[in-house]
Amino acid sequence: MTTSTAGPLTRAAGLTSGQLPRFSEPIGVVIALVISAGIIALLAPFNIALWLVLTAVLYLVGIGVASTIVENRRKATDRVVRGLVTSAFVLAVAPLISTLWTVVSQGIGVLSWSFITQTGGTKFDPDTLSVVATPGALQAVVGTLIITGIAALISVPIGILTAVYLVEYAQPNNPLRRMITFLVDVMTGIPSIVAGLFAFSLFSLIVGPKAFSGFSASIALCVLMIPIVVRSTEEMLRLVPSELREASLALGVPRSTTIVKIVLRTAASGIVTGVVLAVARVVGETAPIFIAASFTDNFNANPFDGPMQTLPVMAYTAYSFPGQDIAASQAQSWGAALLLVILVVIFNLIARIVATMFAPKSR
Amino acid sequence: MADAATTTTSPSRSLIGKRRASDTVFLGLSTGSAISIMVILAGVAIFLIIQGLPAITANWSSNQDLAAIHNPLGNGWSSFWAYVAPLLWGSLWSAVIAMILGAPVAIGIALFISHYAPRRLAGLLGYIVDLLAAVPSIVFGLWGIIVIRPFLLPLSQFLNEYFGWIPLFSGQVTSTGSTMLAGGVVLAVMILPIVTSITREIFLQTPRLHEEAALALGATRWEMIRLSVLPYARSGMVSATLLGLGRALGETMAIALIISPALLFSVQLLTDGYNSQTIAANIALNFPISSGIQRSALIGTGLMLFVVSLAVNMLARYIIAATGPGAKGRKKKGKRS
Repeated sequence: MTTSTAGPLTRAAGLTSGQLPRFSEPIGVVIALVISAGIIALLAPFNIALWLVLTAVLYLVGIGVASTIVENRRKATDRVVRGLVTSAFVLAVAPLISTLWTVVSQGIGVLSWSFITQTGGTKFDPDTLSVVATPGALQAVVGTLIITGIAALISVPIGILTAVYLVEYAQPNNPLRRMITFLVDVMTGIPSIVAGLFAFSLFSLIVGPKAFSGFSASIALCVLMIPIVVRSTEEMLRLVPSELREASLALGVPRSTTIVKIVLRTAASGIVTGVVLAVARVVGETAPIFIAASFTDNFNANPFDGPMQTLPVMAYTAYSFPGQDIAASQAQSWGAALLLVILVVIFNLIARIVATMFAPKSR
Repeated sequence: MADAATTTTSPSRSLIGKRRASDTVFLGLSTGSAISIMVILAGVAIFLIIQGLPAITANWSSNQDLAAIHNPLGNGWSSFWAYVAPLLWGSLWSAVIAMILGAPVAIGIALFISHYAPRRLAGLLGYIVDLLAAVPSIVFGLWGIIVIRPFLLPLSQFLNEYFGWIPLFSGQVTSTGSTMLAGGVVLAVMILPIVTSITREIFLQTPRLHEEAALALGATRWEMIRLSVLPYARSGMVSATLLGLGRALGETMAIALIISPALLFSVQLLTDGYNSQTIAANIALNFPISSGIQRSALIGTGLMLFVVSLAVNMLARYIIAATGPGAKGRKKKGKRS
């Protein structure tokens, strides 16, 4: 009796190797946090980045050594890699939080209703012989909306129709289709400043050397926006079940009606989401607008005549080429940057809402 | 346009039977917009060439305007190529630094989201990384100025003091922080989302049976990844990195705002005045203050940037298409297993 119970026990002890306790990893992180906080408090002024880096190093070394002693080399490697990969993710989130925090904390003091509703800039006051800077971004808000709006008006139809051609009409081995797919890929890689140079070159051939206009900037943005719209629309059209198309065609519905009434309608929410996200992407482009529409402090709502101010360009020029009052210029810059981020967040929220509210159930 | 329309519809004619007016119009419209993409891309190349060619072919040593453009050394440029070469070097150098700093982190993040994070959280975490792509580049530039520059100062001084014998860290150490290193770090942050999203997608396509087989043989999670996921995704990781490189090449504002540049060949990372200028930042800084033939020279450099980033992107796409896992039917394969 005694031997039969002792047998499996000793065998089990031989088969299972040592193992770290269950929650050793989170506990290890906490211990590393505390120890590194202690080291930094003793040796150097507190610095959150240094703290996190030291924690990561301490944790990785500690878990590696502990696991090698208690478990084995293979498990130790596994745990160290897990720690490394997790810290890579933390490393990516840190700049995101830091960026948003910086923009909000720097810009929130500037932002007010009058900042949005009045034209800003510096004006020479002839009575006092001084230069007065008024905070305001109305000209940039209007310019951004006009330029992005025109760009969207041009590139959305072209993008959606191209996607329809690629998915609905062209056969998979059609050379034109393969060519277009390839070119769309290439187009996503065009540097944004090159798009701006293209628009400037085009318009300076047509209008002459003073070719800056909002419309020219819209053309530059189109070059960047069309491939994004094509890609997202294509993806959405491919999700539409082919049974729907076949059923419609079998009823004798013409192909164009099938596409408009069945395919596009089914994919509508996805397409709208993609378009809104594309708008959010190009609304923050600085370089092409800077080249094609230049910059100005004056209010200009005519996209076909003269330079036009936009939010990203305003953030750039106010910082890089400040006026006499440098603090005021930088405040303008941060205000514009914060407005831009808010605009991008709004577009992203719209995309999210459209995607969740109008999603077809079949997906 | 009409040619293309007839050639593309001939196979589907049997489905439609008789052609209606609305069909023809719609087909014409969609084919037309597909072709317009070719026209636009050709237009980009043609107009850049038209505007850039005068400066590329001009005699730079005899032309006062051209000899004078932003020349740090005082002696004129001998030709367009002498002018564009240091700029091209700067673009490539900054992009490579960004890639070296960014790509390993990006691949780590992709691995974390695809294979380590709890399944329920994975979507949310992916969305957070995608948010990085939504932040406008100008905001990253401003953030780089007031956060990253001072943040890297102690590190720069440390590296210069103890590793100054390495050419990378040599030279007069910065006092403002407007270094190539700071620019590279910000660029690295900006290419994180694109590299992450592509590699993540490919990691997720690893056949489940490969992973389960490795785990069933007693492999730890890391051994499973090393044996089944990484070999499967190798070409995908390479091309994602190249696409990130292409993105970094064309990035303008971060570099224009952060580094204090000079038109010369330099590998020094920690100095103020010896950072190689990039093509894109050079255009952004000098375009408003130049005119005539100088603008043409800037457009010429833009053409060079266009060619280089086109080449990088095509190479990346080629690697995906030719040597990617399962080359053609990759998606289908992933779903089936």
